[in-house]
Amino acid sequence: MQDLGIRVLFMGNNFLRLLLGLWITIKISLAAAGLSLVFGTFLGMVMTLENSVVRAVSRVYLEFIRIMPQLVLLFLVYFGLTKAFGVNLSGQASAVLVFTLWGTAEMGDLVRGALVSIPRHQYETGTALGLGPLQIYWYVIIPQAVQRLLPLAINLTTRMIKTTSLVVLIGVVEVMKAAQQIIEANRYTVPDAALWIYGAIFFLYFFVCWPISLLAARLERAQ
Amino acid sequence: MDFEEVLLEVRHLHKDYGNGPVLEDVSFQVHKGEVIVIIGPSGCGKSTLLRCINGLEEIVSGGIWLDGEAVGKDKAKWREVRQKVGMVFQNYDLFPHMTVIDNILLGPVKVQKREKKKAEEEAEKLLERVGLLDKKKAYPRQLSGGQKQRVAIVQALIMKPELMLFDEVTAALDPEMVREVLDVMLELAKGGSTMLIVTHEMQFARAVADRIIFLDEGRIAETGLPEAFFDQPKTERACRFLDTFLF
Ligand SMILES: Nc1ncnc2c1ncn2[C@@H]1O[C@H](COP(=O)(O)OP(=O)(O)OP(=O)(O)O)[C@@H](O)[C@H]1O
Ligand SMILES: [Mg+2]
Repeated sequence: MQDLGIRVLFMGNNFLRLLLGLWITIKISLAAAGLSLVFGTFLGMVMTLENSVVRAVSRVYLEFIRIMPQLVLLFLVYFGLTKAFGVNLSGQASAVLVFTLWGTAEMGDLVRGALVSIPRHQYETGTALGLGPLQIYWYVIIPQAVQRLLPLAINLTTRMIKTTSLVVLIGVVEVMKAAQQIIEANRYTVPDAALWIYGAIFFLYFFVCWPISLLAARLERAQ
Repeated sequence: MDFEEVLLEVRHLHKDYGNGPVLEDVSFQVHKGEVIVIIGPSGCGKSTLLRCINGLEEIVSGGIWLDGEAVGKDKAKWREVRQKVGMVFQNYDLFPHMTVIDNILLGPVKVQKREKKKAEEEAEKLLERVGLLDKKKAYPRQLSGGQKQRVAIVQALIMKPELMLFDEVTAALDPEMVREVLDVMLELAKGGSTMLIVTHEMQFARAVADRIIFLDEGRIAETGLPEAFFDQPKTERACRFLDTFLF
């Protein structure tokens, strides 16, 4: 019977549960990625300002978020907020919050990098043509920054999707949780269920992230 | 040649970047239709002077008058001035994400709010004049340095500037491309454009200039007609500078 371990995938609605879990994973990532895009763009623009206070604050934020393991952040928000302030966030909301904090920092750094990589003479040519500062941003700087940014932002999104697997640890029922439940339920009937289930998850993540990676690579080459 | 109307007047211009003066008491006039070539050793302040004239640099003291109107610190005023003063830089500064035609149309359409159709027709005429009509849809990266500079000239010309500033537009070009760009500038000069040209091409300076301004360490050391300046420079600095171009 051992060679039939794969049947655990198709017993009952097991596969559906995995897919549903994956869907929650994607939802969390997309929400966080979308928010990070908005806040990160803002942060990145702020980081290019000459103001040294603004710079220092954003720098500290960036380093703090980067040094902190995401898991620790997740626990801090999910358990810590409740303990300290009595704020009760759902697992999914905590996850979105943490990944947004993280994504905003990373995205902000990418945006800052893209903006400062536009040579100064691009601003000057625009100025010399009589364009105003906003027009220069809109017609000259942003299109070029976006071209550089797009593949990087997409890569960040795939990293987010993968990292979301951590939320299992705060009890969000996503793909990993579904997996554990299925494995538990079949501990005796299908002893090697873990192998098959985690194998399936491997492919699920792969098929979600792979096309996105391809897209990023293509955009990168297109430049 | 006689020039009547003063187009640009620079009076007692001072400029520094915070570590000693770069321009000191620079005064001169440019008349309508006049071509002035500014020459001088590297670092003497030629680029700075041009950049002050279209407001890319703030001046410390002195004044600039265009068409009899003083231009000062008012930003809105500067945007107006820049439409009357076209500038071409040393490093072909086209916008890399736009085609040639879009590069050219950005100014007339977005700044001057001209009708796109008409501006495009004009752009085509100008491109034809510089021999680049077939590159209309090309991206800057598909052009040679000389071609980019010619597009940059069109980009400035289409704004119908009253004054054109050229800052060593051939300095970064391969020798075989210098000619095609200088020819365009000679054409413009013949057509009556008012131009202020910084260049290290002495033959060209002599051919194109109505007047030479020799700048040295931020001051106008000598000015004169091209023949007089090149054949009998009055100052010792100018002699020495011109000698560096002889073998
Ligand atoms: N942004 C700046 N900040 C500080 N100093 C500057 C700046 N730009 C120019 N300078 C200095 O001002 C002086 C004049 O520079 P400028 O570029 O006008 O010279 P130039 O005559 O155009 O020289 P070149 O022939 O090499 O182009 C130089 O000593 C230069 O180092
Ligand atoms: Mg210079």
